[in-house]
Amino acid sequence: MNILTIQDVSKRFGSRQILDGLSFNVPEKSVFGFIGQNGAGKTTTMKMVLGLYEPDAGEIRVKDEKVTYGQNKTNRYIGYLPDVPEFYNYMTPTEYLKLCADVTGTSAEQAKKRIPDMLDMVGLSKDNKRIQGFSRGMKQRLGIAQALLSSPELLICDEPTSALDPVGRKEILDILSAVKNETTVIFSTHILSDVERICDKIAFLHAGKIALTGTLEEVKNVRGGAGLEIDFCCPEDAERFGTICEDAKFLSGSKLLYEKRTEQDMKAMMRILVEQDISIQRMEMLEPNLEDLFMEVVNQ
Amino acid sequence: MRQLVAFVKKEWMEVIRNGKFTILIIVFILFGVMNPAIAKLTPWLMENFSESLEESGIIIGEVTVDAMTSWTQYYKNVPMAMIVFLLMFSGILVVEYQRGTLINVITKGMARWKIIVGKSFILTLLWSVNYWMCYGITYAYNAYFWDNSIAEHVAVSAFCVYLLGIWLLSLMMLMSVLFDSAAGVTVGTGAVFFVSYMLSMVPDLQKYLPTKLMESSGLLSRVGEVEDFYWALGIVVVLIVIQLVGAILLFNRKRL
Repeated sequence: MNILTIQDVSKRFGSRQILDGLSFNVPEKSVFGFIGQNGAGKTTTMKMVLGLYEPDAGEIRVKDEKVTYGQNKTNRYIGYLPDVPEFYNYMTPTEYLKLCADVTGTSAEQAKKRIPDMLDMVGLSKDNKRIQGFSRGMKQRLGIAQALLSSPELLICDEPTSALDPVGRKEILDILSAVKNETTVIFSTHILSDVERICDKIAFLHAGKIALTGTLEEVKNVRGGAGLEIDFCCPEDAERFGTICEDAKFLSGSKLLYEKRTEQDMKAMMRILVEQDISIQRMEMLEPNLEDLFMEVVNQ
Repeated sequence: MRQLVAFVKKEWMEVIRNGKFTILIIVFILFGVMNPAIAKLTPWLMENFSESLEESGIIIGEVTVDAMTSWTQYYKNVPMAMIVFLLMFSGILVVEYQRGTLINVITKGMARWKIIVGKSFILTLLWSVNYWMCYGITYAYNAYFWDNSIAEHVAVSAFCVYLLGIWLLSLMMLMSVLFDSAAGVTVGTGAVFFVSYMLSMVPDLQKYLPTKLMESSGLLSRVGEVEDFYWALGIVVVLIVIQLVGAILLFNRKRL
């Protein structure tokens, strides 16, 4: 079942068309990577899911309930981590989470148990001073604690790692991977290595639409195969092979690259190598990476 | 109810911890003490200045002060205290917009009207406590030094100004929903007050306007009757309700 359905959603700010007939689904219990350039409309989309922005057209459903602008009832299923989470600086993390528990209607008993648990999980249990002196990474972790406090079915994170140093990023990604068994996570970002690390399903947002979507595997296969690299023992062999199998790119004297080849192509080439009695040092099917895909989508 | 209580607690913690509560108490105690103090010091001041005034041809006879002198000071100083109060809280909502702190609370399912009601409640509470404390201090000193009975309708007159304050607070809440900066809120609130003040130049309109309540100090020296203020009091109460309901309705549709 889909926890989130976005259907033909459009949004315009002034003369800029941010989203133009955006549609996608997020299945339950997955980590969904929402990828796009800065300014592609990721935050706008997320804010519309939360009822903070009003779509010009289209419909958004969370757990099959319609999202309404302003007073939005479906927010009770959602935990939200904004890109730069801001809290009341004069409170301590425990006091802030207590406020959150009261707002979400978590029972006092449960809150008493869950607040220390959450602070423990995000590693803030020893920092019970006022939020005023918190670093960005600490605020981000407190942001995750408040978003997960009421055990939401859907966790929406808006670029949770963009502003952090490598250590902070790793911490956040570890926390997100840890919770993926309990909740569905939607995770917007432009950092592709983060996506490859934790996402099951991804969608590329470009020019107001989803340019590409599917599981990580599906998306990687969209390009119709990956590159095939062959390292020959001597440059003469490489040259000879290049004239038999055309379209090769010479990376160096003895190294050839064939773009967009499948496993079938690889087997065919191996047969040729045997027939022609050419020896090689190495033959490798290159993994397609998201970076290339991203660039391809953006440059279309 | 739990949401509302939690939000009011949060607002209370805010005014305590950022020191606004202490500042307000100090300011209003100062204003409360200042009124009788100025009255008490007037004869002494006049005496000190009388020589230099005489040189410029002004002759001062015997200066008598009583509770009325102190009350006159009170109604001169209260608008100042009111302005301090309004300026201190002109950011009550806009600071939260600018920092984005309400986003978390709202996406957790807080009903938006509770934010307006919670904030209005705290403002009203602070204004009431501080205003009546200031009034109480002046009243007590006046009773101690002189005699309050020479002034008529002391409480009614003070209540008119108190209600004017509540009207301005609710107006400020409405402006806080309409504008995104503290400057906008201050200018908006001031502009409405100014319009009411200008309209009161029209004699036929005067008694219906909120600014009429500023003249309530006249009651002390029997200028006018309590009945003269009924219209303005009634209209102010209606305006307070309309402004708060308006603020809630607009806030429900506001993009944060």
